[in-house]
Amino acid sequence: MALLIRHGDIVADDWVRLDAEFDTAAPLPPGKLLVPLCLWNARRAELVARDQPVGIWLASSEHPEAIVDALEDIALVAIDFPVFSDGRGYSYARVLRDTWGFAGELRAIGDVQRDQIFLMKRCGFDSFQIRADRDPTDALAGLEEFSLVYQSATVDPLPPLLQREVRRGA
Amino acid sequence: MYRYDEHDQRMLDERVRQYRGQTERFLRGELSEAEFRALRLRNGLYVQRLAPMLRIAIPYGMLASRQLRQLAHIARHFDKGYAHFTTRQNVQFNWPRLEEVPDILAELASVQMHSIQTSGNCIRNTTADQFSGVAPDEVEDARPYCELIRQWSTFHPEFNYLPRKFKIAVCGSVADRAVVRVHDIGLVIVRDAGGATGFEVIVGGGLGRTPMIGTTIREFLPAPELLGYLEAILRVYNQFGRRDHLFKSRIKILVKALGADEFRARVEREWETTRRTVPPLTAAQIERARSYFTAPPYEDIDAAACAGALAAARATSRAFDRWLQRNVGAHRVPGYAIVTLSLKRTGIAPGDVTDRQLELVADLADAYSFGEVRVTHEQNLVLADVPQPRLFELWEAVRAAGLATPNIGMLTDIICCPGGDLCSLANAKSIPVAEAIQRRFDDLDYLHDLGDIDLNISGCMNACGHHHVAQIGILGVDKKGEEFYQISLGGNQGTDAALGTILGPSFAQEDMPEVIGRILDLYVAERHGDESFLETYRRIGIEPFRKAVYGASH
Ligand code: SF4
Repeated sequence: MALLIRHGDIVADDWVRLDAEFDTAAPLPPGKLLVPLCLWNARRAELVARDQPVGIWLASSEHPEAIVDALEDIALVAIDFPVFSDGRGYSYARVLRDTWGFAGELRAIGDVQRDQIFLMKRCGFDSFQIRADRDPTDALAGLEEFSLVYQSATVDPLPPLLQREVRRGA
Repeated sequence: MYRYDEHDQRMLDERVRQYRGQTERFLRGELSEAEFRALRLRNGLYVQRLAPMLRIAIPYGMLASRQLRQLAHIARHFDKGYAHFTTRQNVQFNWPRLEEVPDILAELASVQMHSIQTSGNCIRNTTADQFSGVAPDEVEDARPYCELIRQWSTFHPEFNYLPRKFKIAVCGSVADRAVVRVHDIGLVIVRDAGGATGFEVIVGGGLGRTPMIGTTIREFLPAPELLGYLEAILRVYNQFGRRDHLFKSRIKILVKALGADEFRARVEREWETTRRTVPPLTAAQIERARSYFTAPPYEDIDAAACAGALAAARATSRAFDRWLQRNVGAHRVPGYAIVTLSLKRTGIAPGDVTDRQLELVADLADAYSFGEVRVTHEQNLVLADVPQPRLFELWEAVRAAGLATPNIGMLTDIICCPGGDLCSLANAKSIPVAEAIQRRFDDLDYLHDLGDIDLNISGCMNACGHHHVAQIGILGVDKKGEEFYQISLGGNQGTDAALGTILGPSFAQEDMPEVIGRILDLYVAERHGDESFLETYRRIGIEPFRKAVYGASH
């Protein structure tokens, strides 16, 4: 099983991810299933009726608006970063959390590395599938890169500095 | 000006430590070129034609004298004794070694400076009117809001991997000296009928390959709502801006594709969320920001007496008189003046200064202007708070340093990008063209007679030299591997910003001074009374200029 950073720990990934090429007519494998949007759209009723949790993963070109009516039925949303420089997923995460109140697991997958996960976490991601050729233990340090933040976000480690009202050390 | 408290300093120190680690990982081969590229760009480090280039942020153009001295130190020890001021009020060093950059950043951090987000597809340094706080026509000082925007945008977790770079400019006065209409977001401070402060919000302006004047999407945004609204604009852009094509990825293309109304509707929809998640600025927060930009301890100066003394000094020195006319401006406090130091001396690349000049300017700032200096987007420096009775002695000191060329706002006050001499994206050199024009038009009487003319030069479509918004814009183009120059006329920065119109076929470098000469001759022949170049151009149009340059047969 692949390793995952979840809530700040390294854990084994207990989800089975079906890729976008998975035959939409094929029988579903057992276990917790993380399915592509096309499979969800094709077999939603069947996926919900199983006695195992289901999640949806979105490509960066698939806006989460497409799953807004699914959020109550799923336990996990994963957002793919095809390359680290495609930053749409940061806003998708915030829309999912802040606008639609999604409270389940929100996972970053794809080109996810140490230098991005501090930012991703603040946008509401709580699990990270670090790129396969990188060491997740090393990446874990990325979550601690800064001890302070200026602005509010979905997750604030501390009160944002922007909210300072009194001058100190002036 | 803004001073860091222990929290700002800690964040900056953590950033230097992070970048040092990233550089080490790259040098050990643990980060690929492409991965490290994105990280070094967010720390201002480019790899240029000849060597790396490090761009350092000067938030909204404000510098303290000790920061200038530190820049001089860096120029001397890590560069070849030069620094280059850019059209975004930043400063660049051209010869740092990649391995030494973490050390340079640590030196900068010790004077509260950095290179965070000076490149890469993120929110860049916010720029402002260089006369903020001292301009007589000011509605309100832009700098406290710029500082709040700086803090909001620094390491913003959501907007670090945008489709493209993102530039915000703020202007607090009636005249627009921050070119707000050609920025991704331009903000103009306005007051509503009840006297409350707010912003006119302009989006989708820009230069580059597809120049556009921005569109106002909100006439009045109450000041406390500023950051939530900016966050909504950026969220729309980050989700829907194009990422498939480098030249189509700026926000202006999105605004154009959606139409201003649909774009505004999407922003307002996101704003329903962001006005909840981004707490409105409280009066105390705004007050805190303002408290860093209070007026310095001005002295009571007898304005009438100094006017008399200045008039006497002008009568004895023509050179001083010229300098006063062009380089010294009115201040909102009687008895004070705003002095612009020209970095446009013939033979020196526009915006370049030496380490010694930087130190001298630092000394002058301490002696004459409360220890502060501002950088202008025209690539000059400003001493904003000079007592008028000391103008003459200041002039003598600046003149000795080669910074008193009396040409501010004139033909030879050329905005010029580094171009083909340094920049790896260039189509053509720009610095030698600037110099050739300065050499040809070196007669001060003639230049003063011509009056206000902006001449700007960019070495390629990226338009770092703002050529579109100059009355005479020059763009380097590549014609079958040879360097040519295209001229446009009639552009303008300011409240009535306009983009120039292309004159016609381009010219070889050696022909440029002659061509500019023909354009100027036509203006002088056609102008009515004391009409400016722009006014004449707007009255007669481009055709007479085409005839004058290409002949009747064009
Ligand atoms: S305009 Fe072009 S040549 Fe000039 S600095 Fe910008 S990218 Fe380089």
